[in-house]
Amino acid sequence: MDHKKYWQSLGELKQSDAYQDSLKDEFSEDLPFEANGKGTLEASTPRRDFLKYLGFSTAAAMAAASCEMPVKKSIPYLNKPDAIIPGVANYYATTFVQDGNVVPVVAKVRDGRPIKIEGNELSSLTGGGTSAQVQASVLDLYDTARLRYPMGNGKEVTTFDAFDKMVGEAMTAAAGLPTVILTGTVTSPSTKQVIADFLAKKPGSRHVQYDALSASGMLLANEACYGKRSIPSYHFENARVIVSLGADFLGTWLSPVEFSRQYAAGRRINQANPEMSKHIQFESMLSLTGANADDRFVHRPSETGAVALALLAKIGGAVTAPALADDRLKKGIDMAANMLKSANGAALVVCGSNDPHVQTIVNAINEAVGANGKTINWASTLNTYQGIDKDMAQLVQDMNEGKVGTLLIHGVNPAYDYYDAKKFADGLKKVAVSVSFNDREDETTVLCKYAIPDHHYLESWGDAEAKTGLISFIQPVIAPLFKTRAFQTSLLKWSGNNTEYGDYVKSYWLNRLGSQEAFDKALQDGVIENAPLPLAAAYNNTTIASAASSIASGKKGGKAELVIYPKVSMGSGKQANNPWLQEMPDPITKATWDNYAVISYAMAQELGIKIDDNYEVEVFKPVIKIKAAGKELSLPILAIPGMQANTMALAVGYGRSEKVGRAAANVGQNAFPLVGFNGTTFDYHVLDVSYEKTNETFDIAYTQSHNQYEGRKEVVREYALSEIKKTPKILADERHKLVEDYAKNTNDYRAEGTLYPNYPYPGAKWGMNIDLNSCTGCGACTIACTAENNVSVVGKSEVLRAHEMHWLRIDRYFATYRDDSGGDNLDDLNVVFMPMLCQHCDNAPCENVCPVNATNHSSEGLNQMTYNRCIGTRYCANNCPYKVRRFNWADYTGSDSFQDNQRGLLDDSVMMMNDDLTRMVLNPDVTVRSRGVIEKCSFCVQRLQEGKLKAKKENRPLETGAGGKWDIKTACQQACPTNAIVFGNVNDKNSPVSKIRNEEQTNRLFYALEQIHVLPSVSYLAKIRNTDRHVGLKHEEHQAAAEPAGAEGKAAEKTEAAH
Amino acid sequence: MSHHRSIVKSLLFPLLPSLFIVFSAQVRAQDGKQLFNQKCASCHAVDKKLVGPALKGVEDRWPEKAQLYEWIRNSAAVVKSGYPRAVEVYNEYNKLQMTAFPELKDADIDAILGYINTAGAPKAPTGDGGVASVDPNAKTQQGDSALLFGILTLILAVIALILLQVNSNLRKMTDQKEGIPTPEPVPFYRNKAYIATGAILLFMVGGYYTFQGAQRLGRSKDYQPEQPIYYSHTVHAGINQINCLYCHGGAQESKHANIPSVNVCMNCHMGINEYAKGPKLYREDGSEVDGTAEIQKLYQYAGWDPAARKYTGKGKPIEWIRIHNLPDHVYFNHSQHVKAGKQQCQTCHGEIQKMDEVYQFSDLSMGWCVNCHRESKVQFADNKFYSIYEKFHEDIKNKKLDSVTVEKIGGTECQKCHY
Repeated sequence: MDHKKYWQSLGELKQSDAYQDSLKDEFSEDLPFEANGKGTLEASTPRRDFLKYLGFSTAAAMAAASCEMPVKKSIPYLNKPDAIIPGVANYYATTFVQDGNVVPVVAKVRDGRPIKIEGNELSSLTGGGTSAQVQASVLDLYDTARLRYPMGNGKEVTTFDAFDKMVGEAMTAAAGLPTVILTGTVTSPSTKQVIADFLAKKPGSRHVQYDALSASGMLLANEACYGKRSIPSYHFENARVIVSLGADFLGTWLSPVEFSRQYAAGRRINQANPEMSKHIQFESMLSLTGANADDRFVHRPSETGAVALALLAKIGGAVTAPALADDRLKKGIDMAANMLKSANGAALVVCGSNDPHVQTIVNAINEAVGANGKTINWASTLNTYQGIDKDMAQLVQDMNEGKVGTLLIHGVNPAYDYYDAKKFADGLKKVAVSVSFNDREDETTVLCKYAIPDHHYLESWGDAEAKTGLISFIQPVIAPLFKTRAFQTSLLKWSGNNTEYGDYVKSYWLNRLGSQEAFDKALQDGVIENAPLPLAAAYNNTTIASAASSIASGKKGGKAELVIYPKVSMGSGKQANNPWLQEMPDPITKATWDNYAVISYAMAQELGIKIDDNYEVEVFKPVIKIKAAGKELSLPILAIPGMQANTMALAVGYGRSEKVGRAAANVGQNAFPLVGFNGTTFDYHVLDVSYEKTNETFDIAYTQSHNQYEGRKEVVREYALSEIKKTPKILADERHKLVEDYAKNTNDYRAEGTLYPNYPYPGAKWGMNIDLNSCTGCGACTIACTAENNVSVVGKSEVLRAHEMHWLRIDRYFATYRDDSGGDNLDDLNVVFMPMLCQHCDNAPCENVCPVNATNHSSEGLNQMTYNRCIGTRYCANNCPYKVRRFNWADYTGSDSFQDNQRGLLDDSVMMMNDDLTRMVLNPDVTVRSRGVIEKCSFCVQRLQEGKLKAKKENRPLETGAGGKWDIKTACQQACPTNAIVFGNVNDKNSPVSKIRNEEQTNRLFYALEQIHVLPSVSYLAKIRNTDRHVGLKHEEHQAAAEPAGAEGKAAEKTEAAH
Repeated sequence: MSHHRSIVKSLLFPLLPSLFIVFSAQVRAQDGKQLFNQKCASCHAVDKKLVGPALKGVEDRWPEKAQLYEWIRNSAAVVKSGYPRAVEVYNEYNKLQMTAFPELKDADIDAILGYINTAGAPKAPTGDGGVASVDPNAKTQQGDSALLFGILTLILAVIALILLQVNSNLRKMTDQKEGIPTPEPVPFYRNKAYIATGAILLFMVGGYYTFQGAQRLGRSKDYQPEQPIYYSHTVHAGINQINCLYCHGGAQESKHANIPSVNVCMNCHMGINEYAKGPKLYREDGSEVDGTAEIQKLYQYAGWDPAARKYTGKGKPIEWIRIHNLPDHVYFNHSQHVKAGKQQCQTCHGEIQKMDEVYQFSDLSMGWCVNCHRESKVQFADNKFYSIYEKFHEDIKNKKLDSVTVEKIGGTECQKCHY
């Protein structure tokens, strides 16, 4: 009999000794006493020194605090604007635009400072969803490394007029040669107009769009097949079968927020009639999307085209595919082909490759399965990727040949992310006038002669047309913090138009919308949506044959191959100096603050690296030397299951220069130099890589082994769709066992299963439900929580010591089978994500061990944490079965320390967060915690109180979602792109959370570790996979898991007894 | 015993109805006052002209009451209809239109008129009814009894000492008589019993005061800093009866009550440029305040040129000294208390209408907050928000509960104020 196991680390899978040891302590390090057995006087910190320090610090504190109370001033406005009431937040609709992500958002502005970004629920694109990057973007506004003034020849230029004069003269001098505007993809209609007007004034000049992570291959393939150099809209929600060939559409591909929302819609399960889409992923590395797939097959990067061809051939295309070696892969292609064929057009194939030939084949597959016009909509095209790689290569060539007189660079950083950055840098030296509009002195800006930083988007006017007909607006929510100027204003000025870009946008849209009222409404809503009806495009199949032959004759892979990928958090590295994103654990590897070579266990073994007992318990990882594309990199490895055996993966966005910022500097290494260029498009893979082991090790701060459940089972639940259809009550029955065992008399497990009294909750009783089937693990909630609740950044050195502070973490489980011989089949892998936060248990084990009653229960079901009472015993954290309590080991926020007193003790990135500028991002309604106290999720109690007060003031009952009306949404709920999180009043029978629990999803409902009777306020819905494979535990294993058994059970029993 | 009770009863019963009458009349006058302050006070006073006429005797000036009601609800319509009294007033006040109050019902207007009549009558010396928690007599009474107890204790202690001394002398005498040798007398400062008693007393008294002192650290009751402008709440809120919320409007919308911006001051002070009629004002040190000079200071800040009657554009905000400070880990929301809880400003801020320079009336300690939360009742029946507390409504119906305090709905839990 095979045996399914859910595990977070290999140590847990194998129950190694080192892993067992690591479970013993919630806090994995010893107290910092250096007892050497020679008595306290001989110790490195002797008693007398201690007394001296004590005396000194008391005296110093007295002197510093003095006996006088400081005089505080209260300075009201001179002329109070009508719309602003100090202490009340205003919300303004604007739009986040970065690297192909266009997300309409609402900025929360409190007393003039933007402090939080929320999704704009009026947008049909995102429906109010966001991503981690969007959530973190508010911190970029207060980035200390931003360039604060225009610069000419390395010196500050004090006025814009002086700068205009300086650049104007230089441009006139260089007027003999063409001017080139180099930008990322421009989605703004008004900016396009500004650029066109500018170019019209300068004959011979041109505009080049460059995407560091490009979709050039797709654009070219679509041009060949459909006559349009653009990307269509995808409708994942209409697809019953989704096949992805290496496209990480939930994490990083094209428009992940939009796709996540669509994808989740197709996978939401109606209990009465359980149906969901089928998602099959073919890829080389384990991506976030692959982790969510129902079935997943791995292939080498060099086989991408072959897989696409094989799929086309099976569907009935007149092509012959090169042979594939892997039997499992071949079976997977057969299955995918059959499913696609039987879907009747409700199918969609997407591909992440940047090779036009492969994309041509994918287009052919989509035509063959009838997706065009059904799940692919050509009426509304996605405008967020327009860069053509060849144009950029041509520009670099021209620069080197001295054919460019003036280069204006906005929003791109080729000196860092171009595949041949050196050639770009050399070319830039030959350009007479180079102007950078980038926000900081990044790798490109330092090479430019002039720099005039653009505003942050929260300080800007603008517009964006992410898709045809879907316009969103950008409006400033704060006056520019520094002496910055809109890129477009500069262009206007330099083409002889003295209009400010803000006025330009206004008149541009006033003309189009007709009236001031229409413009005001558009600005208030943030979006105007006139999406055209879905449409198929005429297809032209002439290029299939040449594409097929080109794939067949393509280069074969070497012994090992390498994939270059963007991380969900870091993307191309535009937000590299954002400590929130740097500290966000990668959804798959759970590593923070670094990039590394992700390899398979097989490759690790072949390297002679022992994936032994200690591998995932210790932080130091072996370093390997990678030789690829003529470059050499030394990188630590992280071995994870789900990797193709001969493939390694490397994330971009790391390895930045010092001037990019204190959080970005010295973190990881740059993988962009390994990107290839095949004459047409960039290749984000290297087909022949050699590597060797070195004797060095490197510390990787990864969080997967922190916060273990001490052997308690089962935290997470997963079933196959077929199983749920056959036995809908499989989980409900199992839960009912608890009633049979512990509540025989009353059938009320809640009241009877405990010695404690059953407290009433007379008013509201807060509860949360998380649908594991909708959750993709993207991590937007983690960052939203960080922003809302002033969660501190602790820096890499502290994460290494398991001191990370995230109130909401996402547990990643691998699930594999163990066969009779005890071997684990790592190929047949499922990955389950489970957001874990304070469960606000009604029988909370943390509450009764606190000696000072700093944590206790409210009459609304909140497990309250009172920082000022906490004395830091950490008993509560020890006694928390979910390990969600966080201890402030240091004064991370710097609120109680003398300035710079912690320099050297904490990482520079933490010190950066304590800068006066950065601290402007803090939410004034949430206490900034000091050293020595415990903190944890509060269910956003500040939002609960605000929502309740709003209802009270309006003399009406509280709305928690009944009829779609919300007074309260927690930060994580608001941020979630898939609506996996629902929060509300459980006592209200009509609230969505009550309905889910009592009517709509009773079969899939479960509570984590329900058997320990802590009565959590967070419920989960089991993950369902649409697959024929068996997933989840076997029925008899459920019972075994419910009762502690074997070695793992004993540990659990012991802790149980301790309660 | 039963005899006494019957006396009480016979006294109480005839009194009860009269008490009730007094009480209900008070309630109506209270409503009228509140309405007056909310709706009228920014432009009218009872017995003096402000923006609009003094309202004392307004009923006598209007021949028809119905027209007066109409005028209050919508003056423009009455002027339009050509009603002579309306046109007369309209013209007298430079054709300045009075704000319309369509929401006021006849009963409301009656209440306001009732208040105007009572307020116009010579004032009873009872002072303002808005202050609930302060009873000046209680304190002196307490002080008197404390003094009484102190004197009693002292007398008893002296008697006890004398008796002790007598006792010891008597024992000495009997000992001498019986020939028992008397031990060498120990001086009292070396007497171990005395030393021990002294030490314990010292520890207790010292400990008490240390604790009291430590508890007061960081609190600043009675803090009364000197402000950049001598702004008298007595003149504004007391004499001229400007509603608190006219200036501190944030109190019903925001967590901060907010000090008004200079433009709010200028709403009135554009017209009022001298302080002439009011009582003389004195600083704490006894020096007299020149009210007109203080108004000039305001003009400086506002950038207002009183001679040319226009703004120079060179204003700057006033840097008031903040008096009420709460620690960062406390969340306090004014609108919760003022709008939802319907608390009077004076409950926490004292009789602000009698303060020239404002001082901190309450100590703003947690004990003080919690006490009030234990005693204050929420607007349980009136505010629909509380409809979800079904059990309490049931209990009230069944007379198990007579009212719901803040504490009852969780108002003393940690995360109501600390998060």
